[in-house]
Amino acid sequence: MPSPYIPNTDADRSALLRTIGVRSVDELFADIPKAHRDPELRLPPPLSEAELKRELAAMARRNAAPGEYACFLGAGAYHHYVPAIVPYLVGRAEFATSYTPYQPEISQGTLQATYEFQSLVCQLTGMDVANAGMYDGSTAVAEAALMACRITGRGAIAYTNALHPRYLDVLRTYLESQGLTLVLTSGAAALPLDTAGVIVQSPNFLGHMEDTSIAAQAAHAAGALLIAVFDPIALGMFRPPGELGADIAVGEGQPLGLSMSFGGPYVGLFATRTQYLRQMPGRLVGRTRDSTGRDGFVLTLQTREQHIRRERATSNICTSESLMATASAIYLAALGRRGLRRIAELCYHKAHYAAERIGTLPGYTLPLRGAFFREFVIHCPAPPYLINQRLLEQGIIGGLDVSDRLPFAMLLCVTEMTTRQEIDRLVDALRKAGGR
Amino acid sequence: MPGLERRPLLMDQSKPGRTGCTVPALDVPESPLPPSALLRDDLPLPEVSERDIVSYFHRLSQLNYSVDEGFYPLGSCTMKYNPKWHEEVARLPGFAQAHPLQPEESVQGALQMMYEMQEMLAEILGMRTASLCPMAGAHGELTGIMMVRAYHVSRGDRGRTTILVPDSAHGTNPATAAMCGFRVVAVPSDARGNMDIAALQAALGPDVAGLMITLPSTLGLFDPHIVEITEQVHRAGGLVYGDGANLNAILGKVKLGALGFDVVHTNLHKTFTTPHGGGGPGSGPVATGDRLTPFLPIPHVARRRDERGERYEFTRPEKSIGRIGAFQGNFGMLVRAYCYIRQLGAPGLREVAENAVLNANYVLARLKDAYHLPYDRRCMHEVILSASRQKAKGVRALDIAKRLIDYGFHPPTMYFPLIVDEALMIEPTETESVETLDAFVDAMLSIAREVEQDPDVVRGAPHKAPITRLDEATAARKPDLRWQPRD
Amino acid sequence: MYPSDLRYSKEHEWVRVGDDGTAVIGITHFAQGQLGDVVYIDLPAPGARVEQFKKMGEIESVKAVSEIFAPVSGEVMEVNRDLVKSPEAVNKDPYAKGWMVRLRLKDKGEAARLMDARAYQEMLGKAGH
Repeated sequence: MPSPYIPNTDADRSALLRTIGVRSVDELFADIPKAHRDPELRLPPPLSEAELKRELAAMARRNAAPGEYACFLGAGAYHHYVPAIVPYLVGRAEFATSYTPYQPEISQGTLQATYEFQSLVCQLTGMDVANAGMYDGSTAVAEAALMACRITGRGAIAYTNALHPRYLDVLRTYLESQGLTLVLTSGAAALPLDTAGVIVQSPNFLGHMEDTSIAAQAAHAAGALLIAVFDPIALGMFRPPGELGADIAVGEGQPLGLSMSFGGPYVGLFATRTQYLRQMPGRLVGRTRDSTGRDGFVLTLQTREQHIRRERATSNICTSESLMATASAIYLAALGRRGLRRIAELCYHKAHYAAERIGTLPGYTLPLRGAFFREFVIHCPAPPYLINQRLLEQGIIGGLDVSDRLPFAMLLCVTEMTTRQEIDRLVDALRKAGGR
Repeated sequence: MPGLERRPLLMDQSKPGRTGCTVPALDVPESPLPPSALLRDDLPLPEVSERDIVSYFHRLSQLNYSVDEGFYPLGSCTMKYNPKWHEEVARLPGFAQAHPLQPEESVQGALQMMYEMQEMLAEILGMRTASLCPMAGAHGELTGIMMVRAYHVSRGDRGRTTILVPDSAHGTNPATAAMCGFRVVAVPSDARGNMDIAALQAALGPDVAGLMITLPSTLGLFDPHIVEITEQVHRAGGLVYGDGANLNAILGKVKLGALGFDVVHTNLHKTFTTPHGGGGPGSGPVATGDRLTPFLPIPHVARRRDERGERYEFTRPEKSIGRIGAFQGNFGMLVRAYCYIRQLGAPGLREVAENAVLNANYVLARLKDAYHLPYDRRCMHEVILSASRQKAKGVRALDIAKRLIDYGFHPPTMYFPLIVDEALMIEPTETESVETLDAFVDAMLSIAREVEQDPDVVRGAPHKAPITRLDEATAARKPDLRWQPRD
Repeated sequence: MYPSDLRYSKEHEWVRVGDDGTAVIGITHFAQGQLGDVVYIDLPAPGARVEQFKKMGEIESVKAVSEIFAPVSGEVMEVNRDLVKSPEAVNKDPYAKGWMVRLRLKDKGEAARLMDARAYQEMLGKAGH
């Protein structure tokens, strides 16, 4: 059966073979050792578009989808509203099917959209310059750590135990390969002499705000850089890293108009100070003029990157998450100055309402103090995994089990997508689940 | 004409009181806000109406050339057509809305897809299994070389501090090796474009952790001595990493595992046609043989069969290098690649390779008289020409590439690999018809004639793009990387 | 193009030796042409010691990065600050305004052992330039 994706017919192929001067396509594969040529490939037999859509729709239905279920999971991926114009615009083939903009004359769309993304990340974070995006928040943190080591010439990265454990895992994997070390620090202890960077996440893994400026002072006093890990929705209301002494600011961009998609594609946000620009990884789009004096955009400072500097590159990153960066820029433009603040406030008030109600339930307490944003920890009367099983039976996806950190603790997340009815239903379900 | 009157940047379009999205009302009582010291004063984002945002990005998109518009022969990028039904599947709520940390029993559909994807990629590559965690090809390379390092460390062999790469290697290869703390040594290619075996032998020793090699190479050539190469490396105690960027040439025609590769990455956004997005998202799964499978990153997807039936779950390989990302890879891209492999099956994948290689050789045959062919042999899925003949007339590969824009084509890859002077690397892919190939070839031949008769028209190209050549020197000297308020 | 009062290294650096035991260093006309428009130069700080034929810094154009090797050994006294704002001086005037580093020579004999203008041009010619 002919393929819809291969236009050439058998007649076409015969003509091509004649021009090339071979009798069959097999001759073109003569360099492959004969013993290994044309192996058997055991894959499911081909199917049509319609048959596969039916099969895959059934497969998708075997997943519980937030939206159909009330979802109280956060911990690095968040159920926020995706304005319709975001998928509408990035679904345009001109954005979705084009390549990395190395030929600027025919990629001004991608380039300008990326410049907008860079600009809006700077506006949001209060930093001087942002790159075109990394893979995700966790690898952005890891690359920030490597950057701090390059800049200072030192080999240790300090972190607190309030850092997202998965981000810590990724850090560990990246740093170990280069013989760099991780040092656990608390606020009080002095930093080791070899500290290149100090990582502070705010809101932290458990949802609470940290004192980033104190950490920045400590880092700078030790000659180290402050790496601030932020949440972009929280920055709708909270003071941004650029005003708190951050040298590098990184975060997860998924909440900015990207669906959760079982973990990806997301986009890592990465911003820094002008003085560190040349050590920043990732692509950068700059504004300039063409030969007639028209404004235009172009990839710039490419000498930092792998295709030029090779083994001395700031990073090996090539393909990143360009389309997701464009989506985030559209989200930030759509919500804008007032809208993002409103979203943040909705998250804040709904989360605090939920916390307050749960805190009055018998057997449940709120073990942590201090300001929090949209996530908070509850102490349950039974192991969280049991509570979650009962919640799931009621059509509720409960919070993350963090009982490895705090006894019987669960990390709950509430966003602007969570209705009051869903919160009240959660409270009732928790009461029942805790009762047994 | 789009481009001549571009709208101002969003921050410059902004006017107080405009908004691009409605926000729900608060349905719970307000709680006291945190101390004002924690709160920001202003939020300096734009205020633009939805209508104007749409118009703005709509116009921007029209300044892009894309695969949907036409021929995009970027060598080593495999810019093939992206089937549209994949997008519908990726949007299904069960796939698009699932939270990555949901209890496993609530995402069995997603886990099943991932498991089958692992298996299918392993089968295609002739390896034992695959990890779907890497979010791009370079991320897959990093994962693979980290595993090579972990392998040697686990055997107490800490003297292996060098990685060998061919002199034609893509820049990510040495960058990756350096990110893993290795020293990089380049192995030269011979006059036929194959790896110089004697030079390889000389470079191998107890300090070599492994060899990174692309097959077909970045020159678009299949090294017929590949088995000897992998055997040599193994005999010296090293491992072989396969950069699978050029897999489109050999799908179903040979299994890399059978040729001695220990670990291979693939680019789903190349071979398996997930849309390139203007620079991502991509996905770079790594497949491993016996030696490296225990070192795969977490999580890996396993299938368990018990009395309840079949279930899928995340597992940790016994000597895992750990996490390389917060979650489990770019699942949304896996969905699209899964659709592709299921629709094509083994016969369809084989057809992809055969047609890709056929198309590239046709372009070679028709252009080799007008342009210098640095390696006079059959190519695989891409052909490298050199503009060295044209350089003698004062016209460079860059100029030819820009002139192709005037003919309505995206230029091929230029100046890569570095070992070819004035390189133009053309990868037609299998999704292009002979009519398109002929139109492209005719344009290249016309440009070759222009070089002889009217070189200025080539040197001054493009004449028909939304914008002419940009001042990249000033962009680098005086970087303007973000919107600034006008004073 | 290749002033006769200078000495030249294989890596396309030039040296102008002064009477006072100091020398000025830069890159040649050929080198700047190979690089294209220079956008950034990374040079050692005053006080740093450089060693003959070892890497001293880096020079970037839009599309390339090259290492700069010290053609002679010595201690850096002064670095051309104007190149920060105007790196294009290296392209336009490589032997005067495009000077990079002034240093106190360690061994006055080193420069004499480098190529003179004619030998340097011969070297370029043999390489086909």
